[in-house]
Amino acid sequence: MLTITPALYDKIVAHARADHPDEACGVIAGPAGGDRPERFIPMLNAERSPTFYRFDSLEQLRVWRDMDDRDEEPVVIYHSHTATEAYPSRTDISYASEPGAHYVVVSTREPDRAEFRSFRIADGEVTEEEVRIAGEDGSADGSGGHSRGAAGAAAAE
Amino acid sequence: MAIEVRIPTILRTYTGGAKSVEGRGATLAELLGDLDSRHQGLRERLVDDAGLRRFVNVYLNDEDVRFLGGLETPVVDGDTVTVLPAVAGGSR
Repeated sequence: MLTITPALYDKIVAHARADHPDEACGVIAGPAGGDRPERFIPMLNAERSPTFYRFDSLEQLRVWRDMDDRDEEPVVIYHSHTATEAYPSRTDISYASEPGAHYVVVSTREPDRAEFRSFRIADGEVTEEEVRIAGEDGSADGSGGHSRGAAGAAAAE
Repeated sequence: MAIEVRIPTILRTYTGGAKSVEGRGATLAELLGDLDSRHQGLRERLVDDAGLRRFVNVYLNDEDVRFLGGLETPVVDGDTVTVLPAVAGGSR
């Protein structure tokens, strides 16, 4: 299960919308071993493509070194699909190289509704997981929290 | 000559879990051959028939070796080589 604050959820979706129709991508870092996304790091898509993304290699080095200095790890690696569903593609699966990360895929194929789903990808296997949107202090928001089941219900905006 | 090589999480199975190993060589190619003699299989994750694998980033200190000499990049004692799998993907 991915637990993420509403603010971080909104930042990912906003980044995906802003870069549409190119794919957006980025990282949310958190304390190593903690499984808690905290620090939003949008990345340049060096491919600038509507169908492919890639972190710029030097930017990636800076960000990875910075996380190391802060004793953080990439808790979430996110990217968007601009015309297809929010599900890892064959290339997403083959290039996934952080087995401990939550891979978030957002689809911006529909202008008024973002699809936001999260997956674990390890050894070429994809497992969808629930997304729990909960407040900064770990408690659910006023309406009892929003939980997206493994069936991947889309978030209405 | 000893060169520090920083290993990403996904390749630490080749180094017994170590995040950093040391090696020797006058070029990146020699260094990778040297590492492979102690960490068998590591080189093949970084190099294929065409040279350095496309979706693995290798850095010499602060530079991407793609912009230096690729596998022929000279390395010297005190250098740090960092390996990071590229983060990439797409809609297909």
